[in-house]
Amino acid sequence: MNIIPNDACPFFNEKMETMTREEIEALQLERLKATVRHCMNSPFYSKRFDEAGLKPEDIRSLDDLRRIPFTTKQDLRDTYPFGMASVPLRECSRLHSSSGTTGTPTVILHTHKDLEEWATQVARNLWMVGLRPDDVFQNSSGYGMFTGGLGFQYGAERMGMLTIPAAAGNSARQIKFITDFGTTALHAVPSYVTRLYEVMQNMGVDPRRDTKLRVLAIGAEPHSEEQRQRIQDMLGVKAYNSFGMSEMCGPGVGFECKEQNGLHFWEDYYIVEIVNPDTLEPVPDGEIGELVLTTLCREAMPLLRYRTRDLTRVLGRSCPCGRNHVRLDRMRGRSDDMMVLRGVNIFPIQIEKILMTFPKLASNYLITLTTDEDNDNMTVEVELEELFTDDYSRLQSLTNRIQRALKDEILLTPHVKLLPKGTLPVSEGKAVRVVDKRTVYQ
Amino acid sequence: MNNTVKQLSIFIENRSGTLTKVLDLFSRAGIQIIASTIADTQDYGIYRVVCSAPYDAYAILKENGIDVQLTDVMAIAIEDEPGNAALAISALSDAQVDILYMYSFLWQGRGVLVMRADKVENALEVIANRNMVLLNEDDFKL
Repeated sequence: MNIIPNDACPFFNEKMETMTREEIEALQLERLKATVRHCMNSPFYSKRFDEAGLKPEDIRSLDDLRRIPFTTKQDLRDTYPFGMASVPLRECSRLHSSSGTTGTPTVILHTHKDLEEWATQVARNLWMVGLRPDDVFQNSSGYGMFTGGLGFQYGAERMGMLTIPAAAGNSARQIKFITDFGTTALHAVPSYVTRLYEVMQNMGVDPRRDTKLRVLAIGAEPHSEEQRQRIQDMLGVKAYNSFGMSEMCGPGVGFECKEQNGLHFWEDYYIVEIVNPDTLEPVPDGEIGELVLTTLCREAMPLLRYRTRDLTRVLGRSCPCGRNHVRLDRMRGRSDDMMVLRGVNIFPIQIEKILMTFPKLASNYLITLTTDEDNDNMTVEVELEELFTDDYSRLQSLTNRIQRALKDEILLTPHVKLLPKGTLPVSEGKAVRVVDKRTVYQ
Repeated sequence: MNNTVKQLSIFIENRSGTLTKVLDLFSRAGIQIIASTIADTQDYGIYRVVCSAPYDAYAILKENGIDVQLTDVMAIAIEDEPGNAALAISALSDAQVDILYMYSFLWQGRGVLVMRADKVENALEVIANRNMVLLNEDDFKL
């Protein structure tokens, strides 16, 4: 049933969005118990509960959640492709998969109801920031396996907006859509928004004068408050931070309200924990830790205490907007070595794997991430085993071949710099492979 | 007879202090730098050096962990008068010899063109036919 509220109503689902903390927690407990019972249909979770000597009936309070072992990305890989499903495959309607660039890929399954619930979360978010069925929503995000495409598409349609699946790339055409169709709202990764603005300038399009843009959803890559401010100033819009991850569904999990003071995570859909990534004990509100999420409404693949590896902190559990769903800070980094650049997830091991295919290179390398004019850039410094030529063109050609091989692997073109052996700092113990100088984490 | 000069090609990082370290090693070993050149690239530098004792210098640099290669280059001596460099280069060019890189300096009253070229045999033939003088590494010994 798709019930779209009155334009004047600030909430897409007033009852769920305005629950008191007591109501939220009571609903969470009820849904947690049901989720745990349902998880016993999955070979993975029934085994894990047996091993932990735990029964679904043991979960009697929200505090009992902490008796359940964590679920990790590795568990998803180990059970690839369908070992974590809690329903038969015939009840599933959609599959999203990660590329598996670091090893075995992962699969997330959705039933029809899961897709409905996902769309509802996204619709709630877009309504929350003031979008209404009169708005025109352009989704300049990759489609296909990348959940930012279909996720926003279904959510924006769900709340009744005219929705344009523009997908990523071809900036001139994007801008033509924006002007021709009267696009008022746009979803894109922040670095692409900056790119669109540059192209607008080249085309002589003034975003304030020539477009109706007023709201932007930005996410999928880390960005700083300053970067958001610049985007807002450039385009004359309000830009709202979006959090999603394919393991939970995709976009929709968390979103800023008009206060722009932290992302509301929908606690009728998820239980949010912030834990110390080393001790795995909960940290007090306000302290940075790793985000751990438990799904409460998923049929196909419920996940219990999933370690997201994203670092954030609780900002509050009330808000002038009237929603008491927990507010989390923008993501502050990762508790593993994954890098997120221009919406692409990259692990250093992917870089290392490619570098090792070049026999002329030594094993020491360093990845440096920087922000230049709002764009994330990567420099890969690597040592030469020895100077094999004194011909610059041969060195340059090696550099180019390394660059192309890296681009094929990580989909971005890094700057590659060859160094004499012994130049890079040798660290004691665990090698430092990544230096993140991007403004977002400062 | 030896037709070439051993040039040191030293791989150095484009960072302050790296050149000082290399020059300091030459200085302490009493090796004279006859000519040297460094290209201006953003990312890496190859410091090319003709010196009085290339094999000693090579060993010392290696011992000190510096990445260095010995490269054979031609050193053509010409009279220090206007037009001679042009004559020499156009002769090589006529013989289809491509020059990878070149630098020049004055040595005991004569001009010296140091170059790395392809088709070395063509080059040597032209040099012999035109009565140009090739220097070898003994010429630069102290």
